Amino acid sequence: MSPADGAASAVRAEAAASGPGTAVRRPSPLWTLSLFRSELTVTLRRWRTLALLGILAVLPVLIGIAVKIETGGGDGGGGGDGGEGPAFINQITNNGLFLVFTALAATLPFFLPMTVGVVAGDAVAGEASAGTLRYLLVAPAGRTRLLLAKFAALLVFCLLATLVVALSAVLVGAALFPLGDITLLSGVTVPLSEGLLRALAIAVAVAVSLVGLAALGLFVSTLTGSGIAAMSATVGLLITVQIVGAIPQLDVVHPYLFPYHWMSFADLLRAPVPWGDILANAGLQGVYAAVFGSAAWARFTTRDITS
Amino acid sequence: MDAPPTAGEPAVEARGLSKRFRGGQLAVDGLDLRVPRGSVFGFLGPNGSGKTTTIRMLLGLVTPTDGSAALLGRPMPADARRVLPKVGALIEGPALYGFLSGRDNLARFDAADPTADPATRRARIDAALDRVGLGAAARKHARTYSLGMKQRLGLAVALLQPRELLILDEPTNGLDPQGMREMRTLVRELAGDGTTVFLSSHLLDEVEQVCTHTAVMARGRLLAQGPVAELAAGARGRLVVTTPDAGDAASVLKEHGVTALSTEGDRVTGDPPTEPGTDLADLNAALVHAGVRVRSFGVENGSLEDAFVALTGEGFDVAG
Ligand SMILES: Nc1ncnc2c1ncn2[C@@H]1O[C@H](COP(=O)(O)OP(=O)(O)O)[C@@H](O)[C@H]1O
Ligand SMILES: [Mg+2]
Repeated sequence: MSPADGAASAVRAEAAASGPGTAVRRPSPLWTLSLFRSELTVTLRRWRTLALLGILAVLPVLIGIAVKIETGGGDGGGGGDGGEGPAFINQITNNGLFLVFTALAATLPFFLPMTVGVVAGDAVAGEASAGTLRYLLVAPAGRTRLLLAKFAALLVFCLLATLVVALSAVLVGAALFPLGDITLLSGVTVPLSEGLLRALAIAVAVAVSLVGLAALGLFVSTLTGSGIAAMSATVGLLITVQIVGAIPQLDVVHPYLFPYHWMSFADLLRAPVPWGDILANAGLQGVYAAVFGSAAWARFTTRDITS
Repeated sequence: MDAPPTAGEPAVEARGLSKRFRGGQLAVDGLDLRVPRGSVFGFLGPNGSGKTTTIRMLLGLVTPTDGSAALLGRPMPADARRVLPKVGALIEGPALYGFLSGRDNLARFDAADPTADPATRRARIDAALDRVGLGAAARKHARTYSLGMKQRLGLAVALLQPRELLILDEPTNGLDPQGMREMRTLVRELAGDGTTVFLSSHLLDEVEQVCTHTAVMARGRLLAQGPVAELAAGARGRLVVTTPDAGDAASVLKEHGVTALSTEGDRVTGDPPTEPGTDLADLNAALVHAGVRVRSFGVENGSLEDAFVALTGEGFDVAG
């Protein structure tokens, strides 16, 4: 309860006696939809968003060309020491579709979440520093409704960013390498159509991986009135978490970090699919979304808008 | 100094409204405000006197530390979703999406209002653009607008729906004289349609020109409120003497109980003596008797500025 609620009750009791003024049109049941669409359009029309998506579209091209040049020298791929993450790079020359998996594996640790961090950090703080937030709120957008619309638009952006990488990779893969039946990690060979379907499923799994960071960024965004500060804080958090995740001495905290299960998407290239890690990832992202979504709500609904 | 009784609840009502910012700064201190329906209400105060903070509290952007506020008879911020669709606002200047056209800016803010019908959006946007005279520039990016155009687009946002109350925070701030005239004309037109206008300003003459009612703020406190004419009349007029012998005139006037004297070239002004029974004619006679050559002698009507000086004991330009 904000102090205003208690204080306002005195006036409210009196106001209840007098009748309402002119009737206000009842909000439609789809009350958030119009704002959500507007939110998405505004996000996607920002020059910054378009630049980030452009970078994401170019990365698979660079990877594709690099692989082409490397293998063109007759090296035959070399010994990929994949480590923990899957290194599909050796397979690309045989099947261009593997460029999708390679590109997602290459962008997931940093580039992809960075774009999400920038857009999420800017979501509320950017409008606060531009001053448009106060006009949205007196429209009245409603603080909860606005936050919901922003979070929903962020989720769409996560999917969109992932699809941009995947789609660009499919096109580049098809242009530079042969496409065909896919031999899964477990050794089974499936037709190209199923390969494409699995690529789509992987894109969705990767997008889900970004949800936790999106919620975290949205929360950071409610903390400050500066868009730049919120964006850099969110990206800074991402870098910090990735560094902590790479230090073996800190492995007790690793399972609680949002990138812990990120590479689980590779399991979608096995038959049958071992769902455990993928679901654990979804669960962890859900927990992050719930915790930081609630924190963002608690902060945003009580905050003074003074910009 | 209460406003004359009007039908229904006031358009704006505040009781003991206070805001202390986290830094400890008391920006608004126990404000009791009553804005009658149908009035053009000038919320007058020098820079830093707490006008914007008050407006932010009225609109639910800032939580008061004490007191309560109601708009159109409903408590704020509790009833914000029911009240605000009937309220248009311009707060501390316009804020726009520079990368969107004027029209798309309006569509964006209209989409934020859950009571706004998307089916009529185009027509309402056209009407608002027409109203503020921005039809021709509607397709240009807002970032290319002049400040005057931005201000008008901001006003168009406030006019997207029929409103019962317009809250305009310093709507002429930063505009050139021509822009100020246009904005004041617009405000008068809107008020002419029966909309209650709550207009904050740090310009005395603006409030005198445009407003029917006023409230005077200084350092976060409300000093007075009521009809402009009543407040100005309440202030005592200033005695004005024009004479080539300004120095002598001042000393004679001082002897006869005139206070707060000031001399500017051949113009001597001061507050007339307060003791009852003093006739200004005697003052004039005394001047002539002392050999002061009087060109003109008279009392200038009280203005809002006099009222303000009387209330605060200081000039209007003193920042809080
Ligand atoms: N966010 C804030 N934090 C701390 N102090 C503030 C804040 N906003 C305004 N103030 C202070 O409150 C006082 C009133 O400011 P404001 O309401 O903007 O006055 P006005 O609109 O009349 O110029 C000023 O002294 C200002 O410095
Ligand atoms: Mg102000």
